[in-house]
Amino acid sequence: MAEVNVAEVERWASALGGAALAAYGVKNLREEHPVAGAMIAASAGMLIYRGATGRCPVYSATGINTADTDTASVLSGDRGVNVEEAVTISRSPEELYACWRDLERLPAFMAHLVSVTPIDRLRSHWVAKAPAGRTVEWDAEIINEIPNELLAWRTLEHADVVSAGSVRFRPADNGHGTEVRVRLQYGPPAGRVGAAVAWLLGNDPAAQIREDLRHFKQLLETGEIATTKGQPRGER
Amino acid sequence: MKALVWHGTNDVRVERVPDPAILNPRDAIIKVTSSAICGSDLHLLDGYIPTMQAGDILGHEFMGEVVDVGKDNTKLKVGDRVVVPFTIACGRCFFCEKQLWSLCDNSNPNAWMAEKLYGYTTSGLFGYSHLTGGYAGGQAQYVRVPFADVGPLKVPNRLTDEQVLFLSDIFPTGYMAAENCGIQPGDVIAVWGCGPVGQMAIRSAFLLGAARVIAVDSVPGRLRMATEAGAEVVNFEHDDVFEKLRAATGGRGPDACIDAVGLEAHGATLDAYIDQAKATAFLATDRPNALRQAIHCCRKGGVVSIPGVYGGFLDRIPFGAAFQKGLTFRMGQTHMMKYMKPLLERIERDEIDPSFVITHRFSIDDAANAYYLFRDRKNECIKVILKPHGETIH
Repeated sequence: MAEVNVAEVERWASALGGAALAAYGVKNLREEHPVAGAMIAASAGMLIYRGATGRCPVYSATGINTADTDTASVLSGDRGVNVEEAVTISRSPEELYACWRDLERLPAFMAHLVSVTPIDRLRSHWVAKAPAGRTVEWDAEIINEIPNELLAWRTLEHADVVSAGSVRFRPADNGHGTEVRVRLQYGPPAGRVGAAVAWLLGNDPAAQIREDLRHFKQLLETGEIATTKGQPRGER
Repeated sequence: MKALVWHGTNDVRVERVPDPAILNPRDAIIKVTSSAICGSDLHLLDGYIPTMQAGDILGHEFMGEVVDVGKDNTKLKVGDRVVVPFTIACGRCFFCEKQLWSLCDNSNPNAWMAEKLYGYTTSGLFGYSHLTGGYAGGQAQYVRVPFADVGPLKVPNRLTDEQVLFLSDIFPTGYMAAENCGIQPGDVIAVWGCGPVGQMAIRSAFLLGAARVIAVDSVPGRLRMATEAGAEVVNFEHDDVFEKLRAATGGRGPDACIDAVGLEAHGATLDAYIDQAKATAFLATDRPNALRQAIHCCRKGGVVSIPGVYGGFLDRIPFGAAFQKGLTFRMGQTHMMKYMKPLLERIERDEIDPSFVITHRFSIDDAANAYYLFRDRKNECIKVILKPHGETIH
């Protein structure tokens, strides 16, 4: 069990969730449900262990089913596609965070998204482009939120594309603007939906994210995204 | 509208294409009253710049009248008479705020392409390949100008188009080349290439206090024009450039050397022919003969200033000479918005009239022929301007 098999994003999700669960379990232990409380506290302990170590005894014991749509199993370890990209933007963390947190606006700079519709404060429904004019859809929830610093999310069950991700905002080292760092993890491409994911990300999974971040920067710094689409040209 | 369209190496044509429209909130549409062909356009004609596509509209030196503005453009209004810089800059990024306008982060829609070649993208340019954005250029009757609240400079009606047109590129480019030399009183500046940028660099060097300017070229008309500006001249076809420059500077060498030639240098030395052979066989992309000579000729501790355009990989640059002599290199596309207004003021004060460089004027219908004439340097052609709407009152 030496291998790390829990994704980074999931690790702190685990750790945070474990901590919450532990608090809940301990409360139960002290109050009316000591047995349930003990079981909850035990699971909480395992979650914290996963979070702290990146190793999950359950994953190792059971193996992973890639048809699963649970981010915890599909994205364990470094499974699937991992991407990390950063950009520095001449705007404050507050402005950038507010823009990103307004999920409905994400398609303005994320080329592959058709729409993002909030369901409640943490959950939202996502529609993205897929090959041959089709779309893929999923529900996602925000699993961590530190205003002006961090947003983390994961897809919910039955998602066409299983993924988890985070975006961090921190003042740039030279005091000039804000460094925006995105980490994304997608389920391993397989089957029809896998083909759609592969199509979305192309040969270079980082390239699409880099382009989206570039457009985010252009929009926030200049108010528009540079384009030549629709300009005149001669015969080819 | 009519526009000059690139179709392939040595193939440009004037065609009817759709009129441009506002695409982004800070755009403006300019009715082009005057447009020029730049020496760097010849690199496109000759197929030296990658990522051109058949159908691309060329031209990056132009001016005209504002006929439409986007909803967020509060600086310009319909009817304004403006000169448009060849670089496109957002005015709000890290680089624009440092006056490094040609390194703008946000104006190249094909930034990913430039990142593959250069690591990081530079600004978008009009009519200069898809590597720098694929923006339709200004050798056309109308042109869309992005971020038009940053670039275009309003010009007074008492100055003619020909007096101010070259604020769009070659005057600021020649001026920045001279400024990059860090000229001290008494300095001797050598300039390789007496094309339009070289001519502007020669005059700018004098404006900035150079004691002497020595111009290197082989075309008699260009050397004559350099002489008229007060430069001494060296013809590289007849003379050994190094020996001439050494003798002219009392054995010390020029204080700064300007390479106003760039990637398609023609020369009469052996390495020039080797470059030509290699470039033809696609082993190298650029022919840096003038640059090599500039490095070799420059005095110890001097400056090599490079306004000439390079795009790819350079072969056998005498880096040992550069290092051992402790040279300083200054280069890059011109930071236009830093120079346009002060240089307009110099024109208004009659310190310089950049129209001296114009040798030919054509209507847009003859633009393709004008390219071939300029390429072949026929009829002592130095600078061609186009009139997309015929003659105007300016």
